[in-house]
Amino acid sequence: MTFLLLQALTGLASAATLFLVAAGLTVIFGVTRVVNFSHGSLYMLGAYIGWTVLGHLPRTPWGFALGVAATAVALAVLGSLLEMTLLRRLYRAPELLQLLATFGVVLIVQDAAQAIWGTEDLPLPRPPWMRGFIVIGAERFPSYDLLLIAAGPAVLAALWLLLHRTRWGTLVRAATQDRAMLAALGVNQRLLFTSVFALGAGLAGLGGALGLPLGSANLQLDLSVITDAFVVVVVGGLGSVPGAFLASVLIGVLQAAGVALVPKATLVIVFVVMAVTLVLRPHGLLGRGGTLAREAEAPALVVPATLAARWLGLAALAVLAAAPLFAGPFAVAVLTEAMIAVLFAASLHFMMGPGGMASFGHAAWFGIGAYGAGLAATLLAWPLPLALLGAVLTAGVVAALFGWFVVRLSGVYLAMLTLAFAQIVWAVAQQWTDVTGGDNGILSVWPSGMLADPRAFYWLTLALCTGGALLLRRVLFAPAGYALRAARDSALRAEAIGLNAAHLRLAAFALAGAAAGLAGGLDAFSKGSVFPTYVSIGRSVDALLMVLLGGVQTMAGPIVGAMVYTGLYDLLLQTVALWRLVLGLAIVTLVLAFPQGIAGALRRGQA
Amino acid sequence: MLNVSELHSFYGRAHVLQGVSFQVAPGEVLVLLGRNGAGKSTTLKSLIGLLRPRAGRVEFGGVNVAGWEPHRIARAGMGFVPEDRRIFTGLTVAENLETGRQPPRPPLPAWTPARLFALFPNLGQMASRQGGRMSGGEQQMLTIARTLMGNPRLVLLDEPSEGLSPLIVEQMAHAILALKQAGVTMLLAEQNLHFAARVADRAVVIESGRIVWAGTMAGALADAASHLQV
Amino acid sequence: MSDTVLTAQDLAKSFGGVRAVRGVSFAVAAGEMLALIGPNGAGKSTCFNMLNGQLRPDGGRVLLRGQNIAGLPPRRICRLGVGRTFQITATFASMTVRENVQMALLSHHGEAWRLWRPARTQRIAEAQALLEQTGMAAQAGRAACVLAYGDLKRLELAMALAGNPSLLLMDEPTAGMAPDGRTALMALTRRLAAERGLAVLFTEHDMDIVFGVADRILVLDRGELIAQGSPAAIRADARVRAVYLGSGATSGGH
Repeated sequence: MTFLLLQALTGLASAATLFLVAAGLTVIFGVTRVVNFSHGSLYMLGAYIGWTVLGHLPRTPWGFALGVAATAVALAVLGSLLEMTLLRRLYRAPELLQLLATFGVVLIVQDAAQAIWGTEDLPLPRPPWMRGFIVIGAERFPSYDLLLIAAGPAVLAALWLLLHRTRWGTLVRAATQDRAMLAALGVNQRLLFTSVFALGAGLAGLGGALGLPLGSANLQLDLSVITDAFVVVVVGGLGSVPGAFLASVLIGVLQAAGVALVPKATLVIVFVVMAVTLVLRPHGLLGRGGTLAREAEAPALVVPATLAARWLGLAALAVLAAAPLFAGPFAVAVLTEAMIAVLFAASLHFMMGPGGMASFGHAAWFGIGAYGAGLAATLLAWPLPLALLGAVLTAGVVAALFGWFVVRLSGVYLAMLTLAFAQIVWAVAQQWTDVTGGDNGILSVWPSGMLADPRAFYWLTLALCTGGALLLRRVLFAPAGYALRAARDSALRAEAIGLNAAHLRLAAFALAGAAAGLAGGLDAFSKGSVFPTYVSIGRSVDALLMVLLGGVQTMAGPIVGAMVYTGLYDLLLQTVALWRLVLGLAIVTLVLAFPQGIAGALRRGQA
Repeated sequence: MLNVSELHSFYGRAHVLQGVSFQVAPGEVLVLLGRNGAGKSTTLKSLIGLLRPRAGRVEFGGVNVAGWEPHRIARAGMGFVPEDRRIFTGLTVAENLETGRQPPRPPLPAWTPARLFALFPNLGQMASRQGGRMSGGEQQMLTIARTLMGNPRLVLLDEPSEGLSPLIVEQMAHAILALKQAGVTMLLAEQNLHFAARVADRAVVIESGRIVWAGTMAGALADAASHLQV
Repeated sequence: MSDTVLTAQDLAKSFGGVRAVRGVSFAVAAGEMLALIGPNGAGKSTCFNMLNGQLRPDGGRVLLRGQNIAGLPPRRICRLGVGRTFQITATFASMTVRENVQMALLSHHGEAWRLWRPARTQRIAEAQALLEQTGMAAQAGRAACVLAYGDLKRLELAMALAGNPSLLLMDEPTAGMAPDGRTALMALTRRLAAERGLAVLFTEHDMDIVFGVADRILVLDRGELIAQGSPAAIRADARVRAVYLGSGATSGGH
């Protein structure tokens, strides 16, 4: 009994820092409608800056309080700068581009933090006053954790008063609903937005500094925190601060209980909480539906390829098929990679473009396919065709199961949940060492017999990937693809002519997952190994960049995007040391220069 | 009070306003008549700055405000009542009014919630009700009251009678006439000729982004029967 | 009423304790144009949404040719022969006008899940016929997202007819249109209703339209049906004047 109580208290303590991050994220989203991917980076910076500041202050309770406050202010200032230089230019961009640009910030902060603070974990030496404890039953419970437990409700109350009892709060709540109207009433939104962002960033900084004594400042904080924060915000209801509080307590306590009772199931618990909540309350515990309406961009007319384009495609295919006859082994390897990227990007485009389902975690299906194929080939000693079939089916079935929970959700919710799911798959791959080998991965996944020749394997990849991409394309022009697009264009009208939008989207989700799984399976055989990086956020972003580079609205876009991106990426990786910084800057620049995607810009240029 | 000349506005690539010019005199109610898509809403949005005009001048109280941001134009004394009653549904009536509050503009007496509740008695009875729990007619009244909290010298009203039942439209007409008495200058965009006839002094007719007719409201009514397709 | 298409019996719906619709009953016959009017917040939309499946009634039945459809999802109700147009037009913006109608036809014939033959090559003649009937044939190849508002309304009509409905539900069909466009759209609807024996139920705020085209009028107030009858009878009804029509000074004398 005492044990469970202690676990619950520990859970509450970790819930506090989570709540601070999630509250900032949700307030910022509520007003600016931007899902700030870099919010976890602000938390991480809070931890690092807190570490530095606290190191220079007296190690007394007052010194600590002063240092934490100074860190929060520093982050508020940094947040304002970020808002004024980047976010402000993104408010009208499509939400995926916003996610992408703020992910660019994540990459930049990663390399910057590494350059400043190094790669070592930086724990905060606990001063004597912080090592105090109280005794519950026969166990000791740290006093500092009690302080954290109190911090959550205190911040919640302060935020509530700020939002409901001040003119600023009234304006902020009005802005969450209709910022253009508010501007027409004489309110300077720019100031309002910057102040909201400063508040949110300050909260993240506060969380980072307060959480420091529980762990350390390290380079993994950003992504681990943002994943949890996304789940909390979605479960609590986007934009709802009390919802974020409830959800963080729920998840914090359940996680702590999970660690104590079934250590391996911790990650699954988070996912189950999320799934159950969304089935019972699709807009989260305290979220309100219908407040997520955005100005929809006019979708472009979809037309079949012209005869010239078809001939061009056929010619390109002929060149690709003949390539191994004159190109060297390295070129064949790069081409194999490019072909896999084509199918991966095409599968994402399928659900994102015509399906209208934003995904920020498409690597989940790629990774499941890769692990499926890898395990089938090594553990079960299945031959390549069977292993690939296994990869496709596993990815498709898991996608269908996950899709069943989420296809009714819209834009941002879906993007955040797909990301969270991919992170869970990633964590499973990393932690379930008995099966996945953890960070050591699965090795020796080589094709046998005739396919052991890289050129033969390339031809197989070429056939399967172009075949898969063309099949997806065929479906898009068939009635089912039209019906999918119909459900995206107007769910109301689709239902009114008798279409089942949820089923159509689910089918598209599963099909896209299966295709990505095939790409992943092929990649496993092509590289001969499978690692958790196959499921990393970076992999999901790769796919997104390929699709967005080529343009969501065009059917050929993802194919071109995949080829260009694979080439550039390999070049970057080989030549630049701070590749994350460069890639991050490139992403941010691209999004700022082409807020509607490159293809959109091209179309405008032609007209 | 307002002098619009050669205003051009675009939606994307669509050239919606193609050189709109007209004036509004202090104290008058001018109605902008025209069919759907003629450019009525676009004109009002271009005036308040929600849509940035590509060319032309909007002289408001002697200053060209074309190209200003909406909040600056609003603070200069232009109020905007949108067509789709964009009240803040999560806020109470009192909070909605607070969002519109701006400093008074002497010598005109400042609008206060108390004064507005006298003008719209229904609202006074529901000051702490959430905006989302009001009927369409009440929401429309609140939209106007909220804009008045900014003490505007000129109020733009976009189709205030649209989607309202005949009885509420009648009340709306009374409210607008009462505002006129209180010295508020108004520019209405309307399609409902019956309503416009009741409240307006003068009319301009817009067609395909150009003003094609201007004159008194009585003249507009006489012409409507013959050739004005409004 | 010889040929009743739809009967609503004792419909009721509450939202959080507020009784939005309380015991409303009426019927629509084939070929009839029935208008549903009332003050804002009287329960018109609630009533309408219980008929089209958007809302599940708390009590009462909705009989479509004798079959109870209350509580079915919109897509099932559509398949049983109910076409709809929306207050704010809803069409498929990434398709051409003809493809919009083809999509509706494919769905109606249960062919929406086919995976191989291109959709644009299917059911062309039928789509073209519907576009002829609604006067949209000349614009068949244009993208739906560039149509004028009045044309979008007619496209919606064509899509609704693709399901070969026996009942057409129109939610504020003329909202946002100019007066002459309103009259033309409702004249077209009237003609189609007569030709096809289609029952039409519509809500509307333009009294010129209501009194000009409706065969019968239902008046709702505070969730209850306070009057129903011919336009002349409604116009003369003192209670309707008091809660809804007013003096008629701003609505064309009705």
